[in-house]
Amino acid sequence: MRTPDELRTIAAEIRKDLLVMIHRAGGGHTGGSLSSLDILVTLYFRVMRIDPSRPKDPTRDRFVLSKGHSVEGYLNVLARMGFFPTQELTTYGEFGSKLYGHPTMSVPGVEAPTGALGHGLSIGVGMALAGRMDQLGNHVFVLMGDGEQAEGSVWEAAMSASHYRLGNLTAIIDYNKLQISGDVDSVMTISSLVDRWTDFGWNVRELDGNDVDALVREFESDTAATGAPRLVLAHTRKGCGVSFMEDNAAWHHRVPTDDELRTALAELDERIVALSVNGKERVR
Amino acid sequence: MSSVSGESCRHAFTGALLERAREDRSIIAVTSDAKGSVTLGDFEAALPEQFVETGIAEQNAVGISAGLALSGKRVFVCGPACFYSARSFEQVKNDVAYADSNVKVIGVSGGVSYGALGSTHHSLHDVAAYRAVPNISVILPADRHQTRRLTEFLTTYDHPVYVRLGRSPVPDVYADGDECFEFGKAQTLRSGGDCTIVAAGETVFHAVEAARTLAERGISATVLDMSCIKPLDLDTLLAAAERTGAVVTVEEHSAFGGLGAAVAEALAQNRPTPMKILGFPDEFAPAGSSRELFEHFGLDAAGIATAVETLLSRKVRIGGAR
Repeated sequence: MRTPDELRTIAAEIRKDLLVMIHRAGGGHTGGSLSSLDILVTLYFRVMRIDPSRPKDPTRDRFVLSKGHSVEGYLNVLARMGFFPTQELTTYGEFGSKLYGHPTMSVPGVEAPTGALGHGLSIGVGMALAGRMDQLGNHVFVLMGDGEQAEGSVWEAAMSASHYRLGNLTAIIDYNKLQISGDVDSVMTISSLVDRWTDFGWNVRELDGNDVDALVREFESDTAATGAPRLVLAHTRKGCGVSFMEDNAAWHHRVPTDDELRTALAELDERIVALSVNGKERVR
Repeated sequence: MSSVSGESCRHAFTGALLERAREDRSIIAVTSDAKGSVTLGDFEAALPEQFVETGIAEQNAVGISAGLALSGKRVFVCGPACFYSARSFEQVKNDVAYADSNVKVIGVSGGVSYGALGSTHHSLHDVAAYRAVPNISVILPADRHQTRRLTEFLTTYDHPVYVRLGRSPVPDVYADGDECFEFGKAQTLRSGGDCTIVAAGETVFHAVEAARTLAERGISATVLDMSCIKPLDLDTLLAAAERTGAVVTVEEHSAFGGLGAAVAEALAQNRPTPMKILGFPDEFAPAGSSRELFEHFGLDAAGIATAVETLLSRKVRIGGAR
């Protein structure tokens, strides 16, 4: 089992990889991929019961990236997990690549083709119902965006998950408080998410979604027994991990220049070195 | 032929589905407060663990269906065609067709079945909409016997299909036990040399009646039941067009983008043939029952027969082109 420091190191390495990928392709959703990455890394590299050599194992845990535009982080996580060769990542942005700008079924490990917002939670509800029908004891995770909360279909799905008492379902909101046009609440007021999800019958948990320790703690606590589906309101920083991108809506889908990429990679390298020193000190 | 059965296509569908679902526990029925109008009451009573109710939420119903299917279930999501071809269209496009999830979208009370309830409840665009989405077939069965055969097929075919069923019982076109459905194939109900009538769904019965009337007037018509509008049976269609030199299509759908358009696209690009498309014009329908609307817009047997005679007079004028 990977330690939180190992997860942080993997996250920093993937941050580098996804920035290089977006820079090479000349397009991508930089800010949201960075804000949600610690959640993805914690789930895939520690929490979920999945085996990349058996991607269709019916008993596997499921993950649906409802905010499908954060695909660059997701693709890097899947490749590093071994669902497909990391060399394929270099085809991102090329004509005919298996890798699109949103998750598709052509990518091993992807559970649903998302990108149109407000779809993922319904799919997750269906997967959780199926898991219960077949008594698999597995868990379904769905990651949504905060801007996505304005989609009405999210609330249809929310209602049905608590109606069916889907304790085997966890929805996570990547709450970075910024969407493409600016502050989420200035575009459409969604604050009081805790109250809204609580009123819809969910077991609501709040944490720092860029804090790997907090994520591990939450995801490894067994809330299924409550019978209620779990909503993790993960406060994150858009662009997390690169100081000049953090909390800046301009980085929703801005592509770094050569200089910006160099600066960002250097910053992440420092982080990786610091984590490695940290690890050695602990060993001593 | 032509006895009016007391059983609608909806009942034939849910009856056959229940039979198969008793043997195949992976079959799941999903609906959105429409178990009455779909006639899924017996299914829910017999197999409650294979039945999912979503409340009045068609988008969620299709999303849940996709999630179930992506977990290995054979899912039939059922409700009024007007909602399942519009409200949840994006879920069908992405979560079902794009995902290639094993979901059958069953639109009941399709076309103008709801009659005077008005255009909010009509689905005269569904064929056009789903024809334009890749990886989903479009099928409109003609009667209860074909619906039963179709349903049996659907429980063994693991790709997306949109099916439209009418609300009321329709006269039998086929007899019990007929092998009357083959995926991607038209059924040739009559063979004649003067004209081809292509129909689907509830218009098939009217097309057969029209052909009978025309025969009395010395005009022999081929009648094709094109229940499978997508994929279209090009071979049968082109052969009939070649043999008869005139094609009339008739559908309970907008005259834009449906069966007539599919036939016109095929003929124009392969064997240009004089044709007439009978369907609903580009306007919202007046208040009236399904039967009254068919008559008003010339989609019943009399209207079809008249259209054939008009086309044949035109065919004679332009016949030199053939």
